Amino acid sequence: MSTPRRISINESGDISVVTFNDSKIIDEQEIQELGQELYDLVERDNRAKIVLNFGEVEFLSSAALGKLISFEKKSRGKKAKLVLTNIRPEIYEVFMITKLTKLFTIKDDEADALAVL
Amino acid sequence: MTGEWAWTTEARFESRLGAHLPLLNEVLAHLAQLGWDGRDYFGVQMTLEETLTNAIRHGNGSDPEKKVQVLCRVSAERFWMSVEDEGHGFIPTEVADCTADENLEALGGRGMLLIRAYMEEVSFNERGNRITVATQRGYRPPPTEDE
Repeated sequence: MSTPRRISINESGDISVVTFNDSKIIDEQEIQELGQELYDLVERDNRAKIVLNFGEVEFLSSAALGKLISFEKKSRGKKAKLVLTNIRPEIYEVFMITKLTKLFTIKDDEADALAVL
Repeated sequence: MTGEWAWTTEARFESRLGAHLPLLNEVLAHLAQLGWDGRDYFGVQMTLEETLTNAIRHGNGSDPEKKVQVLCRVSAERFWMSVEDEGHGFIPTEVADCTADENLEALGGRGMLLIRAYMEEVSFNERGNRITVATQRGYRPPPTEDE
Protein backbone atom coordinates (compact mmCIF):
# COMPACT_ATOMS: atom_id res chain seq x y z
CA MET A 1 0.00 0.00 0.00
CA SER A 2 1.61 3.26 -1.09
CA THR A 3 1.70 6.28 1.22
CA PRO A 4 -0.70 8.98 0.07
CA ARG A 5 0.98 12.20 -1.09
CA ARG A 6 -1.91 14.63 -1.16
CA ILE A 7 -3.57 13.72 2.14
CA SER A 8 -2.62 12.65 5.68
CA ILE A 9 -4.75 10.19 7.61
CA ASN A 10 -5.11 9.89 11.38
CA GLU A 11 -7.30 7.35 13.14
CA SER A 12 -9.63 8.34 15.96
CA GLY A 13 -11.30 5.11 17.05
CA ASP A 14 -13.18 3.83 13.99
CA ILE A 15 -13.10 7.30 12.38
CA SER A 16 -10.51 8.37 9.80
CA VAL A 17 -9.55 12.04 10.04
CA VAL A 18 -8.10 13.26 6.76
CA THR A 19 -6.14 16.50 6.31
CA PHE A 20 -4.94 17.95 3.03
CA ASN A 21 -1.21 18.34 2.39
CA ASP A 22 -1.60 21.20 -0.11
CA SER A 23 -2.78 24.68 0.90
CA LYS A 24 -3.76 25.44 -2.72
CA ILE A 25 -5.59 22.68 -4.56
CA ILE A 26 -5.34 23.80 -8.19
CA ASP A 27 -2.70 21.69 -9.97
CA GLU A 28 -4.45 19.30 -12.35
CA GLN A 29 -2.09 16.40 -11.69
CA GLU A 30 -2.33 16.88 -7.94
CA ILE A 31 -6.14 16.99 -8.14
CA GLN A 32 -6.13 13.66 -9.99
CA GLU A 33 -3.89 12.17 -7.29
CA LEU A 34 -6.05 13.66 -4.56
CA GLY A 35 -9.15 12.13 -6.11
CA GLN A 36 -7.59 8.67 -6.29
CA GLU A 37 -6.29 8.84 -2.71
CA LEU A 38 -9.76 9.84 -1.48
CA TYR A 39 -11.45 7.09 -3.52
CA ASP A 40 -9.01 4.56 -2.02
CA LEU A 41 -10.27 5.42 1.46
CA VAL A 42 -13.68 3.95 0.73
CA GLU A 43 -13.08 1.61 -2.23
CA ARG A 44 -9.82 -0.07 -1.19
CA ASP A 45 -9.64 0.49 2.57
CA ASN A 46 -13.39 0.25 3.23
CA ARG A 47 -13.31 3.11 5.72
CA ALA A 48 -16.85 3.78 6.91
CA LYS A 49 -16.51 7.09 8.80
CA ILE A 50 -14.42 9.89 7.36
CA VAL A 51 -13.75 13.45 8.49
CA LEU A 52 -12.23 15.77 5.87
CA ASN A 53 -10.45 18.55 7.76
CA PHE A 54 -9.97 21.63 5.50
CA GLY A 55 -7.92 23.56 8.08
CA GLU A 56 -4.86 23.72 5.83
CA VAL A 57 -6.74 24.59 2.65
CA GLU A 58 -6.52 28.24 1.57
CA PHE A 59 -7.76 27.86 -1.99
CA LEU A 60 -9.33 25.25 -4.25
CA SER A 61 -10.52 25.33 -7.86
CA SER A 62 -13.77 24.12 -9.37
CA ALA A 63 -11.86 21.06 -10.61
CA ALA A 64 -11.08 20.19 -6.99
CA LEU A 65 -14.75 20.68 -6.10
CA GLY A 66 -15.60 18.19 -8.84
CA LYS A 67 -13.36 15.59 -7.20
CA LEU A 68 -14.94 16.20 -3.80
CA ILE A 69 -18.38 15.73 -5.31
CA SER A 70 -17.33 12.47 -6.94
CA PHE A 71 -15.86 11.34 -3.62
CA GLU A 72 -19.11 12.12 -1.83
CA LYS A 73 -20.96 10.04 -4.40
CA LYS A 74 -18.57 7.09 -4.01
CA SER A 75 -18.78 7.34 -0.23
CA ARG A 76 -22.57 7.31 -0.36
CA GLY A 77 -22.44 4.29 -2.68
CA LYS A 78 -20.27 2.44 -0.14
CA LYS A 79 -22.47 3.60 2.77
CA ALA A 80 -19.53 5.51 4.27
CA LYS A 81 -20.32 8.60 6.34
CA LEU A 82 -18.50 11.79 5.40
CA VAL A 83 -18.22 15.05 7.34
CA LEU A 84 -16.28 18.20 6.34
CA THR A 85 -14.76 20.46 9.00
CA ASN A 86 -12.55 23.51 9.66
CA ILE A 87 -13.50 25.24 6.42
CA ARG A 88 -12.28 28.86 6.40
CA PRO A 89 -14.85 31.55 5.49
CA GLU A 90 -13.62 32.14 1.92
CA ILE A 91 -13.79 28.43 1.09
CA TYR A 92 -17.15 28.08 2.84
CA GLU A 93 -18.52 30.80 0.58
CA VAL A 94 -17.40 28.74 -2.44
CA PHE A 95 -19.48 25.85 -1.07
CA MET A 96 -22.40 28.25 -0.58
CA ILE A 97 -22.18 29.71 -4.09
CA THR A 98 -22.07 26.26 -5.69
CA LYS A 99 -24.83 24.95 -3.38
CA LEU A 100 -22.51 22.23 -2.09
CA THR A 101 -23.53 23.09 1.48
CA LYS A 102 -26.67 21.11 0.61
CA LEU A 103 -24.70 18.07 -0.53
CA PHE A 104 -22.11 17.81 2.25
CA THR A 105 -22.45 17.58 6.03
CA ILE A 106 -20.29 20.45 7.31
CA LYS A 107 -19.27 21.03 10.93
CA ASP A 108 -17.17 23.77 12.52
CA ASP A 109 -14.42 21.53 13.91
CA GLU A 110 -13.30 17.94 14.38
CA ALA A 111 -14.96 17.59 17.78
CA ASP A 112 -18.35 18.46 16.27
CA ALA A 113 -17.70 16.06 13.38
CA LEU A 114 -16.69 13.19 15.66
CA ALA A 115 -19.85 13.77 17.70
CA VAL A 116 -22.15 13.12 14.73
CA LEU A 117 -20.28 10.08 13.34
CA MET B 1 -8.86 55.57 -18.15
CA THR B 2 -5.47 53.84 -18.36
CA GLY B 3 -4.03 56.44 -16.00
CA GLU B 4 -6.10 54.98 -13.17
CA TRP B 5 -4.33 51.63 -13.30
CA ALA B 6 -1.34 50.88 -11.11
CA TRP B 7 -0.21 47.92 -13.22
CA THR B 8 -1.13 46.53 -16.62
CA THR B 9 0.08 43.39 -18.35
CA GLU B 10 -0.42 41.53 -21.61
CA ALA B 11 0.36 37.83 -21.76
CA ARG B 12 0.13 35.03 -24.29
CA PHE B 13 0.71 31.40 -23.40
CA GLU B 14 0.33 27.88 -24.78
CA SER B 15 -2.70 25.78 -23.88
CA ARG B 16 -0.93 23.40 -21.53
CA LEU B 17 -2.31 22.57 -18.10
CA GLY B 18 -0.59 24.81 -15.59
CA ALA B 19 0.69 27.26 -18.23
CA HIS B 20 -1.42 30.00 -16.65
CA LEU B 21 0.16 29.76 -13.21
CA PRO B 22 3.09 32.21 -13.71
CA LEU B 23 0.64 34.91 -14.86
CA LEU B 24 -1.81 34.08 -12.08
CA ASN B 25 0.91 34.38 -9.44
CA GLU B 26 2.22 37.63 -10.94
CA VAL B 27 -1.23 39.26 -10.88
CA LEU B 28 -1.85 38.09 -7.31
CA ALA B 29 1.51 39.46 -6.17
CA HIS B 30 0.61 42.90 -7.59
CA LEU B 31 -2.83 42.79 -5.96
CA ALA B 32 -1.29 41.94 -2.59
CA GLN B 33 1.17 44.82 -2.96
CA LEU B 34 -1.78 47.12 -3.68
CA GLY B 35 -3.49 46.04 -0.46
CA TRP B 36 -6.02 43.50 -1.77
CA ASP B 37 -6.81 40.84 0.83
CA GLY B 38 -9.52 38.61 2.27
CA ARG B 39 -12.60 37.94 0.20
CA ASP B 40 -11.66 40.47 -2.50
CA TYR B 41 -8.26 38.85 -3.10
CA PHE B 42 -9.78 35.36 -2.97
CA GLY B 43 -12.45 36.28 -5.52
CA VAL B 44 -9.90 37.54 -8.04
CA GLN B 45 -7.78 34.45 -7.44
CA MET B 46 -10.80 32.26 -8.19
CA THR B 47 -11.64 34.30 -11.29
CA LEU B 48 -8.08 34.05 -12.62
CA GLU B 49 -7.95 30.30 -12.04
CA GLU B 50 -11.35 29.59 -13.59
CA THR B 51 -11.17 31.91 -16.61
CA LEU B 52 -7.62 30.87 -17.54
CA THR B 53 -8.18 27.12 -17.12
CA ASN B 54 -11.49 27.37 -18.99
CA ALA B 55 -9.64 28.98 -21.92
CA ILE B 56 -6.92 26.30 -21.87
CA ARG B 57 -9.18 23.27 -21.42
CA HIS B 58 -12.52 24.15 -22.94
CA GLY B 59 -11.70 26.95 -25.35
CA ASN B 60 -8.51 25.52 -26.81
CA GLY B 61 -9.00 21.87 -25.86
CA SER B 62 -5.52 21.78 -24.23
CA ASP B 63 -3.98 22.04 -27.73
CA PRO B 64 -0.50 23.60 -27.22
CA GLU B 65 -0.64 24.98 -30.77
CA LYS B 66 -3.48 27.24 -29.66
CA LYS B 67 -2.71 30.25 -27.52
CA VAL B 68 -4.51 32.10 -24.74
CA GLN B 69 -4.29 35.90 -24.90
CA VAL B 70 -4.75 37.89 -21.71
CA LEU B 71 -4.95 41.60 -20.93
CA CYS B 72 -5.10 42.50 -17.25
CA ARG B 73 -5.23 45.80 -15.34
CA VAL B 74 -5.18 46.33 -11.60
CA SER B 75 -5.29 49.23 -9.18
CA ALA B 76 -5.73 49.60 -5.43
CA GLU B 77 -9.49 49.57 -5.97
CA ARG B 78 -10.25 47.82 -9.27
CA PHE B 79 -9.50 44.68 -11.28
CA TRP B 80 -10.16 44.23 -15.02
CA MET B 81 -9.21 41.37 -17.33
CA SER B 82 -9.99 39.95 -20.76
CA VAL B 83 -9.13 36.36 -21.70
CA GLU B 84 -9.35 35.18 -25.30
CA ASP B 85 -8.85 31.67 -26.65
CA GLU B 86 -8.76 30.29 -30.20
CA GLY B 87 -11.76 28.02 -29.77
CA HIS B 88 -15.11 28.16 -31.50
CA GLY B 89 -16.64 29.95 -28.55
CA PHE B 90 -19.64 28.99 -26.49
CA ILE B 91 -23.01 30.43 -25.60
CA PRO B 92 -22.88 31.42 -21.92
CA THR B 93 -26.57 30.73 -21.34
CA GLU B 94 -26.12 27.16 -22.60
CA VAL B 95 -23.54 26.10 -20.02
CA ALA B 96 -24.76 22.82 -18.57
CA ASP B 97 -26.33 22.70 -15.13
CA CYS B 98 -23.36 21.94 -12.87
CA THR B 99 -25.56 20.31 -10.27
CA ALA B 100 -26.72 17.57 -12.67
CA ASP B 101 -25.14 14.15 -12.00
CA GLU B 102 -23.58 13.81 -15.44
CA ASN B 103 -21.86 17.20 -15.04
CA LEU B 104 -20.46 16.75 -11.56
CA GLU B 105 -16.87 16.85 -12.73
CA ALA B 106 -17.39 19.44 -15.46
CA LEU B 107 -15.38 22.60 -15.01
CA GLY B 108 -17.45 24.97 -17.08
CA GLY B 109 -20.69 25.29 -15.19
CA ARG B 110 -19.33 25.55 -11.66
CA GLY B 111 -16.44 27.75 -12.77
CA MET B 112 -18.79 30.23 -14.47
CA LEU B 113 -21.04 30.26 -11.41
CA LEU B 114 -18.05 31.25 -9.27
CA ILE B 115 -16.80 33.90 -11.71
CA ARG B 116 -20.24 35.52 -11.76
CA ALA B 117 -20.37 35.51 -7.95
CA TYR B 118 -17.06 37.33 -7.56
CA MET B 119 -17.09 39.72 -10.52
CA GLU B 120 -19.26 42.82 -10.77
CA GLU B 121 -19.18 42.68 -14.59
CA VAL B 122 -18.92 39.62 -16.84
CA SER B 123 -19.33 39.83 -20.62
CA PHE B 124 -18.48 37.86 -23.76
CA ASN B 125 -17.76 38.80 -27.33
CA GLU B 126 -20.25 37.67 -29.96
CA ARG B 127 -18.23 34.56 -30.92
CA GLY B 128 -17.98 33.52 -27.27
CA ASN B 129 -14.21 33.00 -27.21
CA ARG B 130 -13.37 36.11 -25.18
CA ILE B 131 -14.55 36.81 -21.65
CA THR B 132 -14.14 40.21 -20.02
CA VAL B 133 -14.48 40.56 -16.25
CA ALA B 134 -14.23 43.47 -13.86
CA THR B 135 -14.79 44.17 -10.21
CA GLN B 136 -13.86 46.53 -7.42
CA ARG B 137 -12.76 45.99 -3.84
CA GLY B 138 -15.68 45.54 -1.52
CA TYR B 139 -18.03 44.32 -4.26
CA ARG B 140 -20.57 41.79 -3.01
CA PRO B 141 -23.16 40.13 -5.26
CA PRO B 142 -26.85 40.86 -4.66
CA PRO B 143 -28.44 38.21 -2.41
CA THR B 144 -30.07 35.28 -4.20
CA GLU B 145 -33.63 34.14 -3.53
CA ASP B 146 -32.70 31.41 -1.06
CA GLU B 147 -30.45 33.59 1.11
